[in-house]
Amino acid sequence: MAEELRIGVFVCRCGTNIAGFLDTEDVAKYAKTLPNVVFTRENLFSCSEAGVTDIKNAITENKLNRVVVAACTPLTHEPTFRAACEDAGLNPFLFEFVNIREQCSWVHKALREEATQKAKDLIRMGVARAALLEPRESIVTDVIPSALVIGGGIAGLTAALALANRGFEVKLVEREKKLGGMLRDLHQIYPYEIGARGFISSKIKEVEENPKIEVLTGHSLEKLGGFIGNYQATVGSGEGSAKELKVGVIIVATGASLLVPEGSFSYNGEDVINQLQLEERLKNQAFDAQNIVMIKCVGARVKERLYCSRICCMTAIKDGILIKKQNPDANVHILYRDLMCYGVANEELLRQAKELGVRFVNYSLDSPPVVEDGKVKVQSNVLGRELEIESDLVVLITPLVAREGAAELSKLLKVPLDEYKFFLEAHVKLRPNDFATDGIYICGSAHWPVSTGEAIQQALGAASRASIHLTNKKVKVEPIVSVLFDEEACRGCGLCASLCPYAAIEMVETEKGTKAKMIEVACKGCGVCAASCYKQAIKMIHYSDEQLTAQIRAAFQKKEVESGVQA
Amino acid sequence: MLDVGRHPNINMLAYSEVKEVNGEVGNFTVKINKKARYVKEEVCNACGDCIAKCPMKKVPDEFDMKLRNRKAIYLYFSQGIPAIATIDKEHCIYFQTGKCRVCEKFCQKGAIDFEQQDQTLNLNVGAVILATGFDLLDPSGLTQYGYGRIKNVITGLEYERLINATGPTGGHLLRRSDEKSAKRVAYLQCIGSRDLNNCSYCSHVCCMYSIKDAMLAKEHDPDSVSYIFHTDLRNVGKWFQKYEIRGKEEYGINFIRGRVAEITEDEEQNPIVWYEDTNTHEVRSRTVDMVVLATAAIPSKGIKELAKLVGVKTDEYGFIKTGLPFPTDTSVAGVFACGFCIAPADIPESVAQASAAASRAAEVVFARKAKKRA
Repeated sequence: MAEELRIGVFVCRCGTNIAGFLDTEDVAKYAKTLPNVVFTRENLFSCSEAGVTDIKNAITENKLNRVVVAACTPLTHEPTFRAACEDAGLNPFLFEFVNIREQCSWVHKALREEATQKAKDLIRMGVARAALLEPRESIVTDVIPSALVIGGGIAGLTAALALANRGFEVKLVEREKKLGGMLRDLHQIYPYEIGARGFISSKIKEVEENPKIEVLTGHSLEKLGGFIGNYQATVGSGEGSAKELKVGVIIVATGASLLVPEGSFSYNGEDVINQLQLEERLKNQAFDAQNIVMIKCVGARVKERLYCSRICCMTAIKDGILIKKQNPDANVHILYRDLMCYGVANEELLRQAKELGVRFVNYSLDSPPVVEDGKVKVQSNVLGRELEIESDLVVLITPLVAREGAAELSKLLKVPLDEYKFFLEAHVKLRPNDFATDGIYICGSAHWPVSTGEAIQQALGAASRASIHLTNKKVKVEPIVSVLFDEEACRGCGLCASLCPYAAIEMVETEKGTKAKMIEVACKGCGVCAASCYKQAIKMIHYSDEQLTAQIRAAFQKKEVESGVQA
Repeated sequence: MLDVGRHPNINMLAYSEVKEVNGEVGNFTVKINKKARYVKEEVCNACGDCIAKCPMKKVPDEFDMKLRNRKAIYLYFSQGIPAIATIDKEHCIYFQTGKCRVCEKFCQKGAIDFEQQDQTLNLNVGAVILATGFDLLDPSGLTQYGYGRIKNVITGLEYERLINATGPTGGHLLRRSDEKSAKRVAYLQCIGSRDLNNCSYCSHVCCMYSIKDAMLAKEHDPDSVSYIFHTDLRNVGKWFQKYEIRGKEEYGINFIRGRVAEITEDEEQNPIVWYEDTNTHEVRSRTVDMVVLATAAIPSKGIKELAKLVGVKTDEYGFIKTGLPFPTDTSVAGVFACGFCIAPADIPESVAQASAAASRAAEVVFARKAKKRA
């Protein structure tokens, strides 16, 4: 390096948080002896106005070209110190943060001497890395202000409208010939007593009349290239007419299907039917059964499908209420394992069903009901004996299962599925509508079975998440990314691309053969690619092997330094 | 929390209350009372020196469910945002007697300001989002469970503090009666929930958190034994069934289908749980070291007043009314709601609802801006 290294080290006392448990004065004195360190200072609070001004002045007055602050965690104050560097004309990536609070003083409160020594070690490591830091610029890319929504059910329609109403172009792609999804086949939406047909029709109308939304029914995604802000999606109708769409973000709203209980409980579609067939009969006023038995958890919460499909209890209860209201003399029995009437409105519906005379019978998985001609036999847990219930209609309540094509779509989008082929979100608690890959979002039953109301909430949620990038018009990421620095060495094996959790590497054909190509803006700097590249052709920016090796060497060179021998 | 604290577009007003809301969708004026902390917010950096020196040591700590005491100057909890100390005037020796000011003396940044006054702020906003969360039902009124009378009957939130490494017992599950570690723990579901005399609705999150609690006890002490007394086990969320199965198979949790009728106490202050097992139809009892009550979630204190201020409708329990077509829209245009204040909801549901409310609010604000431009 041509320029002379001039490193400044600032040791924060953090009131008594650091200085109370280790000797910051001694640490600062020690820092001065480290290679290339031309300036050290102990601050009461480095993050305070005074501390920051002190850092800025020191950079200017001492011509510092690297700054090390030994204080707390980057989570709280890295932006503060980077900004201080920038204000003083120093590239913010020439700043190195050393944590001597959470990782030192707080955890070694009873060991003052050792904590002081550890702080010195940590600072020596930080200084070693700082010497090898290079100036960097943030990576910025433009965002095409339009969205692709995949799936035209209630979730997709809602997401499309939410974005269109905020002025963004939306391409809505639906595999079927008609919009509306599963709500088209339902009778009523619980717990609202709203007709499904009318509700979904008005949504469809709103979408079709919205000038910002281009509806592509009978189309599905065939190919996807690009990355956040700049996707090229090829959609086709399977009849040769493909269309290329340029969009900035993508929302997945492909829904789920109802499991058809073929082979279970004498299912025949006539007097032993599933819930959709019941809904259809209710909707068409073609329902005339007198003794109805519904069996819950058919194909759900069993060995091959461990999950609870969340919505089936409530749809069954809602249908039980409708039947009883229509014909109070009808006998409705609901055989269940647990009644999943979570929350306020659902529990109210359960109470209403009981008041109307719907009978609930609790059975166990180890003694399931038996459907016979004209009757259902069930071992009632509560009564402790077998019941024989007369029936002229048996309704098998089956779970929602992932849509056919979910696996193909996940491959095209490079986003993961869970073991039941529902889409896998970025974080099960905190990011329910994001994928780990920026720019792609998930909502509705494609993610996990949900009610109509919940699907709408998630669709609005996904639209909200997607709109952040559309509104900002640009995506800005830190330059802590991987780079293919040795293109010759890259053999195009594709291992890095297949391991990348963020779909940030694509394999491209070049004159020199197949090579990895990093999509900087999608990269999160996790380092999986660099670690796994057996040709060592990939390097991490800002966390290079050289920088980390220098840090590790510094960690173990204590003795030499103390005896005055410097490496 | 950190993300919110650092976001350039978020102006966070903690320790503040809404006093008035006027106007209409696209143009609300909101009057806010920002309470005095007696600490300069822009100066304090939560170093904790003042707290260490404050001589008033006996204020029950609300965050720790009053299981231990805090000082009169305090941080609500160590990760709280904004990280600013607050003087609790009611307990501060200086405010009460006119003498002390120790915190002022030891604050190296000069952040203490005994003269600080409440501030009234008037905000002009396009939309309002309500996200006031919930409180838990005080189970003292349900005398059959003995809470308050039987020392080793505690609530789920008290348990959370006990099992937490930063809590009053350093994460050890110690009995309130004798500080001995609890080995046999019973977790009781539907305390006040699904109960026509109290909250007839289901609180939605207790089944899962009780399983989590029992798992934590086992991880902390492999010899511990847990019993979950439940009605329906309503584990409907993503992967929740697998969690329940893991609890049963890997952690050996005993699930007992039956509502507990009464809790009594033996001479060693061990709670005795009386119940009917609805699967075996037997009335039985079980002696345990500790009982944890999964109490009903209720709308947070002050929600009625807030709803009145804003003009939104609530249901019979006090939850804010929403419905179709937009389940985060309230009865007032431009006012949205999310999370527990609508109805009990778990974390991912609350997060999705929060984004949904933000989306609806953005639609409103955007429409207003577009109109202005035109």
